Amino acid sequence: MPPVTSSRGSVRRQVTIDAPPDRVWELVGDPARLPEWFPGIVSAVVDGDERVITTGAGLPMPERILTLDPLARRFQYRITSPMFTEHLGTVDVLALDDGRSLVVYSTDADPSVMALVIGGASGAALECLRTTVEGSP
Amino acid sequence: MARRKILLVTTDQQRFDTLACNGGTLARTPVVDALAAAGIRYERATPQSVVCMPSRSTILTGQHPTTHGVWMNGVPLPADAPSVAELLRSAGYRTALVGKAHFEPFLDPFGRFEENTLAGEGTTTPHGGVHRGFEHLEVATHSGLGPWHYSRWLMAEHPETLGGFYPVLDAAFQVNAAGGGDTGAPQVKTNPIERGWYHTDWVADRTISWLDGLDADEDWFCWMSFPDPHHPWDPPESEVGRIDWHEVPLPEGYPASATERERLLDDKPRHWKLWYDGALVSNYETPAEWVPATLTADQVREVTARNAVEVELIDEALGRVLDRIAERGWADDVDVVFTTDHGELGGDFGLLFKGPYHVDALMRLPLVWRPAPSAGTAPAVVGRPVGLVDLAPTFCDMAGLEPPGWMEGRALPTDDADAGARGFERVLTEWDSELFGVDVHLRTITRDGWVCTAYGPGTCHDGTEGELYDLADDPRQHHNRWDDPAVRSTRADLLDDLRTSQPTPRRTRLEVEAPV
Repeated sequence: MPPVTSSRGSVRRQVTIDAPPDRVWELVGDPARLPEWFPGIVSAVVDGDERVITTGAGLPMPERILTLDPLARRFQYRITSPMFTEHLGTVDVLALDDGRSLVVYSTDADPSVMALVIGGASGAALECLRTTVEGSP
Repeated sequence: MARRKILLVTTDQQRFDTLACNGGTLARTPVVDALAAAGIRYERATPQSVVCMPSRSTILTGQHPTTHGVWMNGVPLPADAPSVAELLRSAGYRTALVGKAHFEPFLDPFGRFEENTLAGEGTTTPHGGVHRGFEHLEVATHSGLGPWHYSRWLMAEHPETLGGFYPVLDAAFQVNAAGGGDTGAPQVKTNPIERGWYHTDWVADRTISWLDGLDADEDWFCWMSFPDPHHPWDPPESEVGRIDWHEVPLPEGYPASATERERLLDDKPRHWKLWYDGALVSNYETPAEWVPATLTADQVREVTARNAVEVELIDEALGRVLDRIAERGWADDVDVVFTTDHGELGGDFGLLFKGPYHVDALMRLPLVWRPAPSAGTAPAVVGRPVGLVDLAPTFCDMAGLEPPGWMEGRALPTDDADAGARGFERVLTEWDSELFGVDVHLRTITRDGWVCTAYGPGTCHDGTEGELYDLADDPRQHHNRWDDPAVRSTRADLLDDLRTSQPTPRRTRLEVEAPV
């Protein structure tokens, strides 16, 4: 059985998008465009490897961009707000054999509950990403 | 003649035995007792889930969790889910929900859910004029802090009171295990707030305000939803003295000896005892850092006393609303339904709070329906099983509407003869949870005086476990007869019925979007 009260939580969400990975990466790989596909994030200001997002509830959240790799199509970031002891967010855009894309959004966090709060919202974000990409020419 | 108006009164996490009309001896509940005496009291009302979001979604949709898709807390009810409130609104009813909603997750830092954002926009009118069938939404929860209408009102009018409430979550955003009161019981705190500013009276005040804005000849459906007596147990300090916890007898379901508690728990599937020992946390709804084995008899007494105080405050608040309804001249034409979303372990088996435990503490609900006096329905007590899934079609009946095909329940029976004639034989309850690698799955049928639970494979179950209780001979569910050869055919019959009665699941499973 898992540890009784592990302070760290891990949540993974994924979506298949009917578009090639390069088109998906156009959005995912631009950290400033997050509000276009993450419901509840109303702004994202990028300055070097720092990003500050503001949520729909008015909560600013500072983040550090860790990985922005267009070849691997991997984006990783860390929420640096003191409410997190630890956080790592990873978005991978993977090519499927049939020309479609698989996008996996992983959230690891301490405290564990925050993994579910951020990771839970990422499911709706991926669905929004899918409709946004599939709906664009 | 005007159509019948409908007042749905729900509490949160209230046990059957906390009402005097159900045999409770602690809380004085004359208002609900009077409704029961004039109407119909149900002895075996069962929720379709023993946690808030799935159960409340069942009340609104008239569907089982398998169908509406809210399979655990944290799964939002889809925005386009069917709603009895919408049905009534479309038929010309004015509609409101005042108090706790919880069709959408509480923990919502992104502000994605309308329940959590309306108050911040300074309005009680949903976007587009309606949300889930409600044209008026005024939300409260268990705390003075947060983005909801009650908390924002408190913050604006009485900010000095905010620190008096028990902090529902701890620094790690887990349900708080910190103890308080005289005994150090979890989720207990002395709250110096004035009684009139506490959320129970606020819910009644706002309900009255909404009713006052209606024309006398309008039809209306109002869901008045009290957040209590759900923990935290922090009622206004001025009221705590109503019941001296030192004088409170231990609940009948609380085995005073640790040996007896452990013997009873060992007779059940292993997650019961694992949780008791602090070796497993399977669901978010209980304090993760709290170990039930540490619960003392005095803590049970203090929690029981505070719970009863909260029940009394609700009864009095409901009385004020009913008085105003009478002053408006509506008394003869209003149906009142009083119930809750699920129960509370309340010391049974040495446990508090709730979880994947399908026993009477969580599954036997208070349910009273006082039909509009103008309907001329005779008072009755119904012993046959009914479910919260039956409420939505009952509201349709009150409004003279045919219940639509998507509703899975039937209008509540008005007596046992009616229940027998219409085949009220069984109710189903389900539990599914997945939390950081721990999953638990239960399917339960209540029928013929038995409650039978089959376990699906999960973290600590292999799918062969179960619970079987004879409710007549074993009203406390102390003797699990799942493996008793003497009742093997009863078990087989119930399991067969359980399997064939399952609703058809929705095509795609909804995602968990927050812990709660």
